[in-house]
Amino acid sequence: MSMRLALPHLVRRERASLAVTLLAPLVALSGATLVNLLLYVAIGKQPGAVFHAMLLEPFLSWASFSEVLLKLGPLLLIAQGLAIGFRAKVFNIGAEGQFILGAIFASAIPVWYPQATGGWIWPSMLLAGAMGGALWAAITAFWRVRLNANEILVSLMLSLVAAQVLNYLLLGPWKDPNGFNFPQSVMFQYDAMLPLLFEGTRVNVSLLIAFLLSGLAFVFMQRSFPGYRLEVGGLAPRAAAYAGFSEARAIWLSLLIGGFAAGLAGAAEVAGPLGQLQRSISTGYGYSAIIVAYLGGLHPLGIVLSALVMAALSIGGDNAMVSADLPIAAVRVFQGSLLIAYLIAMAFVRYRLEWPSASTRSRA
Amino acid sequence: MNAIEFILAGMLAAATPFLLAALGELVAERAGVLNLGVEGLMALGAALAFIVVYHGGGHLLAFVVGGLGAALLALIFAFVTLGLQANQVAAGLAIGIFGQGLSALFGKTYESLTVKGLPKLALPGLADLPVVGGLFVQDIVVWLSLLATLLIWAGFAFSKAGLVLRAVGENPKAAHSIGYPVMLIRLAAVLFGGVMAGFAGAYASTVYTPLWADGMIAGRGWIAIALVVFGTWLTGRIFLGACLFGAVSLAGLAAQAGGVELPSQLLASLPYLVTILVLGIISSNRRLLKLNGVASLGEPYKP
Amino acid sequence: MTAPLLSLRNLTKSYGPVRANRGISLEVGERSIHAILGENGAGKSTLMKLIYGVETPDEGEMLWKGAPLRLSSPASARKRGIGMVFQHFSLFETLTVIENIALVVPGQRRALLSRIRALGEEFGLEVDPLAHVHALSVGERQRVEIIRCLMTDPKLLILDEPTSVLPPQAVEKLFDTLRRLRDGGVSILFISHKLEEIRAICDRATILRSGEVTGHVDPRDHDAHDLARMMIGRDMPEPLPVTAAPAGEKRLELIGLEDTPDDPFAVALSSVNLTLRAGEILGIAGVSGNGQAELAAFISGESRLPAARREQVQMMGQPVGHLGPAERRRLGFAFVPEDRLGRGAVPELSLTRNSLLTAHPLGLQRHGLIDRARAAAFTADCIRDFDVRTPSAEAEAGALSGGNLQKFIVGREIMLKPKLLFVAQPTWGVDIGAATDIRRKLMALRNEGMAILVISEELEELFDLCDQIQVLRKGTLSAPLNARDTKPEEIGRYMMGAEAAREALSA
Repeated sequence: MSMRLALPHLVRRERASLAVTLLAPLVALSGATLVNLLLYVAIGKQPGAVFHAMLLEPFLSWASFSEVLLKLGPLLLIAQGLAIGFRAKVFNIGAEGQFILGAIFASAIPVWYPQATGGWIWPSMLLAGAMGGALWAAITAFWRVRLNANEILVSLMLSLVAAQVLNYLLLGPWKDPNGFNFPQSVMFQYDAMLPLLFEGTRVNVSLLIAFLLSGLAFVFMQRSFPGYRLEVGGLAPRAAAYAGFSEARAIWLSLLIGGFAAGLAGAAEVAGPLGQLQRSISTGYGYSAIIVAYLGGLHPLGIVLSALVMAALSIGGDNAMVSADLPIAAVRVFQGSLLIAYLIAMAFVRYRLEWPSASTRSRA
Repeated sequence: MNAIEFILAGMLAAATPFLLAALGELVAERAGVLNLGVEGLMALGAALAFIVVYHGGGHLLAFVVGGLGAALLALIFAFVTLGLQANQVAAGLAIGIFGQGLSALFGKTYESLTVKGLPKLALPGLADLPVVGGLFVQDIVVWLSLLATLLIWAGFAFSKAGLVLRAVGENPKAAHSIGYPVMLIRLAAVLFGGVMAGFAGAYASTVYTPLWADGMIAGRGWIAIALVVFGTWLTGRIFLGACLFGAVSLAGLAAQAGGVELPSQLLASLPYLVTILVLGIISSNRRLLKLNGVASLGEPYKP
Repeated sequence: MTAPLLSLRNLTKSYGPVRANRGISLEVGERSIHAILGENGAGKSTLMKLIYGVETPDEGEMLWKGAPLRLSSPASARKRGIGMVFQHFSLFETLTVIENIALVVPGQRRALLSRIRALGEEFGLEVDPLAHVHALSVGERQRVEIIRCLMTDPKLLILDEPTSVLPPQAVEKLFDTLRRLRDGGVSILFISHKLEEIRAICDRATILRSGEVTGHVDPRDHDAHDLARMMIGRDMPEPLPVTAAPAGEKRLELIGLEDTPDDPFAVALSSVNLTLRAGEILGIAGVSGNGQAELAAFISGESRLPAARREQVQMMGQPVGHLGPAERRRLGFAFVPEDRLGRGAVPELSLTRNSLLTAHPLGLQRHGLIDRARAAAFTADCIRDFDVRTPSAEAEAGALSGGNLQKFIVGREIMLKPKLLFVAQPTWGVDIGAATDIRRKLMALRNEGMAILVISEELEELFDLCDQIQVLRKGTLSAPLNARDTKPEEIGRYMMGAEAAREALSA
């Protein structure tokens, strides 16, 4: 009998069971955790200490959990916006740039009117930020619809440009004259700051807005007809064309929603925990949100959970840097491997492995 | 030395990271696989190669390690997208983030350290020409990259392997039905792309600017992907595109040397702005993209 | 007695729960043209994939000249002398003919060129070896496929539905080629569901039904009626009744429609004229690849004309050339496209959500929100009225068989109560029972005054259904021919080209 390589093959499941679908992200999380702990051992860190600092500590005290909630806001906002586009197969991966533009637009108000007072200031800042993000995304939409250019590349390039625009402002016209030459704007006045949600923490109303918009995203994607049109465009573009759902409209809508949400998040960041425009306004929220969106299965409810996990991971990473001497880059490694693990787990939701049957092999 | 001479002399070296990565991506895309993780592959290759050179391993070993490291990451990408038929866009982004994270992790203790690059080799006679002479004084990697460009061009134009690769990219079902192992061919193409991206990163961190800094790839992997579109999947045009980007990334320095006052942020954005602009111009010619494009690009193939 | 060229013993192949082939046994002799007869979904294609090594059987064995035959890939099948011509060709459009052939046949370019030309002359398979495949007609592509097979010196040639893409006259030419091949020592496996063709050329026939063999016969000893009974398990359905009806007002008019597409692989349309009235069925015949897809897109609105030329397409008396599909539907237009999965329906969505695709104006959505109860009710009606066999309305469209999905889509479009219904390839890949249902439904709607446009590759279908037939060739439409007093051969001449057609008219 000759030796033949008996490779298993994937057989599509007739229907993906709900239990397996829900289980997959958990399996992915466990798998990624295990692999990363092994990696920490390899670079000579204490895996137990890292595990504790990274995955448990964020939940062990109100102080650190409130920091998780603080991170949750922007991740949730951006990821909900991106997921709508991803379901329509409009891959806006430039949320980072839209976030930065949101921060810049929002900052314009306190930078230009540092003496202004009144309750209108922070809401206008949020609105301006959302507009800024949407405008930045509109460039990508225009390039895609009118010029047929790939939105992945254009939106990413615009993110890199946005970082330079921010640098320019902070080193030039918007630099705080009394800031000892640091690349940052003036500190914002009190009325330019978002109201806090819980006293003694830094959590502000933007978290509430993020949850509100998550609810809207749920209605939009799961119940509304415009959401259905986007979904059809993503699943079967030719069916959308057949039904007369405009592709250009889907691209504009997807990108504007994504840019709006990311811009809002950027505005909330400067008007929230930072209180000024600075170089490090984003710690890669725009990229992390891509992972959040996928990890949440592109479903508005799933995204709430995955955003919480990623926020905790990010706070945990900071903890581990202090307590277990873990390089901060480890968080990025964890995030990347988490998405890879999720994609692997999802393959087994859609397919099951089938080994060549015994009868075939005995005859071969 | 005037600005033109300066740009001509440095252009090829500046173009090499773009060129190597774009050639690798070209081969992968021709086989129908869109790998958006090039940025991460380059970063990992750059970090590994830098570490090898820093510890005295030499450039040859550095390129081998950088290439293999990136290929290993590309193997994960291939497993997820080819083996498990996952979405290529998501998998590419994941690999990109993962690779950048790994590079930062491995390079942590080497931040801002420098190593010695490679000597330049002059082509006798040509190097002494006025104005263009600088073009013919390059390091060995640049010369080898030019050779690789030539080989890949010839491979697509004349060889059976090139023909098979194009066939697999256009219509994997038909290629399977006439007996080609589509999966294996795509795997090989993705791994080749990984090795080339690793080389590109190694060149960036150990030869072109021989220092390590987190984030030093700075979007060059993404521009390499864009270059494949600019070149409408043709080797010669991709080479020209890489030279353009090499020149653009030197234009800032040349302008400053020439006394032109421009905000440095604008100069830093120049490659990205040029990418956006050229992408718009090329892509609006739908007929050209359709004629030269890869029909099955990015679509999972189920045997 | 010598062993037959190929014997199959008890071959079985399942895909998941679907048993595509069950215990198939048959023998193909030397110098034989052997038919595999069966309707859509009977398991013919699966069987061919097993014989050509694309798939491996779950059970059973194959013998080649009496010795066990195990195929791990098409390459190993070719090495043994088995070649195959696919129904949907396995050619690469962006490559040239010679490049396509070089992918399968080893050898120097020059040697290949001279062999291609020699084979072309010997078997009547002329084709330009340096042309790009996307520039070739469907008939020429078939010739390339056959040449490619012949260059590997096969002993057995498998042809999957080879005549479905050819006009009647070209079928004669193909048969002539096949006879010459047989006389030259090549056996042929001829897959078809067309009874008359099999009687004309085959000396043996194996009949398949639902994945099983229901008979081995000499087709020349049986009439079409017998063969049909073996194929579908009962008598062929009766031809449809025709009632003459006075034609009503114009519902669709194309006036000198022309377009040069951006897409280099698409067919240009030039001076296309047609008029379709209420109570009439107009058929568009022609070999696919002559502009059917492009014409259909201009009628459906998936392709639009610039506003200046909007008069070239008129619906219900209004110029609509510049309007999109949704706006045309609002005027009373409905459309069943030729591809069901991915165009007429979204495979990953349930039938209920697929109802929304075009039926949303019937109150399935209000104020931007989906009315799930109404969508479910609509879907239930469609499933009941059009006999869609599905486990439930929540089943994914992709899980339905071709025939049932087609019934669903046709049903959905008919329930929109359109004034103008456009159906492309109404019965492609649909079993005979479902096809008959669909045709009867279309006839009934015509009698009630609906205007119906049908594009089909099947001439018999058009003759069954239509009042008028126009032939599409190279992007141009012929004048209308009255279906009742036109012979298939005449239509065939139009399919071949204007030259032949003009001669026919003057004769």
